[in-house]
Order: sequence, then C-alpha cells, then structure tokens
Amino acid sequence: MALSNVVETPASGFNFENVSRNVALEGLLEGGHTKAPKPMKTGTTIAGVVCKDGVVLGADTRATSGEVVADKMCAKIHYISPNMYCCGAGTAADTEKTTDLLSSNLTIFSMNSGRNPRVVMAVNILQDMLFRYRGQIGASLILGGVDCTGNHLYTVGPYGSIDNVPYLAMGSGDLAALGILEDRFKPNMELEEAKQLVRDAIHSGIMSDLGSGNNIDICVITKQGVDYIRPYQESEYKDKRQRRYKYRPGTTSILTEKIVPLELEVVQETVQRMDTA
Amino acid sequence: MERNLIDSQIKGVSTGTTILAVTFNGGVIIGSDSRASIGGYYVSSKTINKLIQVHDRIFCCIAGSLADAQAVTKAAKFQISFHSIQMESPPLVKAAASVLKELCYNNKEELQAGFITAGWDRKKGPQVYTVALGGMLLSQPFTIGGSGSTYIYGYADAKYKPDMSKEECLQFATNALALAMGRDNVSGGVAHLVVITEEGVEHIVIPGDKLPKFHDE
Repeated sequence: MALSNVVETPASGFNFENVSRNVALEGLLEGGHTKAPKPMKTGTTIAGVVCKDGVVLGADTRATSGEVVADKMCAKIHYISPNMYCCGAGTAADTEKTTDLLSSNLTIFSMNSGRNPRVVMAVNILQDMLFRYRGQIGASLILGGVDCTGNHLYTVGPYGSIDNVPYLAMGSGDLAALGILEDRFKPNMELEEAKQLVRDAIHSGIMSDLGSGNNIDICVITKQGVDYIRPYQESEYKDKRQRRYKYRPGTTSILTEKIVPLELEVVQETVQRMDTA
Repeated sequence: MERNLIDSQIKGVSTGTTILAVTFNGGVIIGSDSRASIGGYYVSSKTINKLIQVHDRIFCCIAGSLADAQAVTKAAKFQISFHSIQMESPPLVKAAASVLKELCYNNKEELQAGFITAGWDRKKGPQVYTVALGGMLLSQPFTIGGSGSTYIYGYADAKYKPDMSKEECLQFATNALALAMGRDNVSGGVAHLVVITEEGVEHIVIPGDKLPKFHDE
C-alpha cells in the first residue's frame, strides 16, 4: 500500500494564502447580513469559593490591550461594601464603572435604610442594570460576600443572567481554573484550604491562558472582616525596572554658563481694587 | 410548545432545555432539567434553577435566554404580587400566565424566552399554561417545551392519561425528562420536579444517576 502525504510539506518562506482568503471572505460577507468574527476579548482568570467561615475570591493581575500587557498590577477585585467584594472580567472600563456605581448605590441605601446591604440585593441591582443594556456592557462579574443570611457567591453574566454557586471561575482562563476547582472543591472547607485552592486555580489559569498572568490577588471575606491580600503571590518573572527617571542635579556636568538679563520696560499699569466684603 | 429553533442564536447563557408540566387528579407537576449552556458547546451551569416560584401555588419554568427569562420572571413576580395584594386574594394561574404573556408579547422584538406556567387556584384547580416565544398563551392539560421536548412528543402523546394519580404522574414526568435528557445535548444535569396541590408545594430533585434508565443506556 502506497503511503500518500495527507499534509503537503510547506514551501519555504512566508505564506500569505490565508490573507488573500480572508480578504475574499470579508468581501463575500460584507454584502450579506453576517459579519466577520471579531477577535475574542481575552485577559483574565478570576475565581471564587465559598468555605465554612466565609468567601475567598481570587484574581490574576494582568490587563491586556490586544497583544500588549497594558497593566501588570491591575486590581480586578473591586470593593462593593465592607462585606462584599466583586471580581470583574471582560472590558476593564465596564467592570470598573459598574462596580463603582453599585458600591455608591449601596452606600446610599445603607445610609437611608440603616441596614447593611445583602449580597442578593447587590446581585439584583447588577442584573437589572446589565439586562437593561442588553449585553453592551461587557462585564462578567463574580460577586462574593458575607451577610446576615450567610456566605454567598454569585455569578453575573454580561447579558444579565445570574446564578448562585458554591465555586466559580470566569474570564478567558476560566476553563483551566475550573478544572482545579472541580477536582478539589469540597463543601465547608477550612479557610486555609480554600485560599490554597483559589490560589491554585488562578495559577492554573495564568499558566494555561495567554491573557492571564503576573501576580495573584486574594480577598478573604468573613464575618469578622475582610483580608485583601495584594499580592498574595508574586510572579517569578519580575523584572527590576527603575520606576523613577529623575536625575540628580549635577549628573550632567555644566561646561559653560551664560546669563542674559531681559530688559523690561513698564508700558502700562492698572490697579483693580478687590472687594473683600 | 414551540420548538426553540433559535437556541444556537441566543447570545450569552441559554437554557437549551427540557421543561414540562402535567396536571393530575388534585394537582399539577412541573419539571425541568438543570443545564445552562453557551452556544451549544459549553455547559456554563450544571445546577441552574429553571423552576421559579412566582406565587404561593404558582410556578413557572423557563426556556431560552437565561438573562431574558430571569428579567421577565422578576417583573412578573412583582406584578403578580401586587395584583394579589390589590385583589386581597391569591392570584389565578391564568392571571399569572397572562402577566407573562403581556411581557413577552409587548417586548417580542427584544426577548427570546418561553415559559410554562403551572399552578393551583381555588376557581379552576390545577392548570397548565404555555407562553410561547412571541407571546401566545395556551391552556392545555399537559405541555412540554424547550429544545429537548422534540424528542419526547411521541412518548408524551402515547403515555399521558387524564386524571392520573400523583405517583403515576410523577413516573410519567420523570420518564419524560429522562428520555429527553438522554437524547438532547443541551439538556442534562439533575431533574427538578415540583408537585403543586391545594395543600402545598413539594420539591423533588432526582440526581442524574438515579434517573430511570432505558434501552441502550
């Protein structure tokens, strides 16, 4: 039996066949109602776990803009209220502003009503807002908190769907993180075990996803209070970059000095009295 | 009872699903699977709740876009509650179904969600209503819905009898859900069943491995 080559050995040099194919496809699609697929937004691994004493949230710290890492120490765990924090994946601006808005609304609510806000209320507000914008706000959020009714973890999708879950991962690295969580999650875990689990889940996302990386932030919410550990673990690949680029006076030696005084002539002088009554 | 032909075009999380509701002698059983999917290839939740209680003896199960369905049922829950307070009596199942229908019909361009409303009221006893995608409201003795329902039309038509007992009806609903979940890739997880009678509401959960097994499984 003769063996035939299924795959042709590629010719040497660059091959731009796909470019011309894409251009032709764009031309075909333009006329119809379908559009060419847009590149997916990448850039995060966030995870959350409900444990015996509270809720543990974790996130990586990389913010990407296309193929460039825009921010290496981005804070993805946002403050909502003293007993609630929210991790955000998706468009950074959207998650930032949505959580800010939620936080302000809840502060006003607790001042008016004299009650601490419940996690389920925060989730309902988020759901209403995101649904109203029909997915145009690209924010996938993990909301975790402790209130009088217990420890809660909710997922809120960009279209406004919510779900109450014991463990969760979102973002482009979610599948990798979910693998770790599915394997080792147990209900009513101890706090240290839960922190280790979340750390491992984020680490897995960082290793397996291009859009996630750098450091790991952990936020532990319990009835006693919040422990926001930033960073919980620093990346091994840190570079020693000098952040300040101001030079001491005298770094460059002065060779000559010439002072030219400006001859100024007073042409006009007006006085305006100031009323300080 | 419309098949959800546009399941794959639902943006975001969708409940490609199997839902059903069956009346029996003295009550009604409403049931669903528990899978939520994105695009037909990723199961975003294995344990989503599709049986939403809109009033004491009225439940509603959701199919289609999860975000749309949750938003509609939230609004419906509020309106039904308010109606019940104004009338100073529990709402009729037909009233609850009508509220959902109004919401679906008036916003038919923007929404992609279908519902089955079932419950018990003093006037007509156990009832089942379908609210389809475009806002059609239909009353039937039993109904099936969602993408998985296409696989069990034959079974449901053949095996349904009017005036069943509660046990017979439970068996019918469980078998139907198991058969649909066995064939439809976007239905699965556990089977949720709620039995609604004059006395109260009973929630039964059947995990995947305890579902009845049929030939070839």
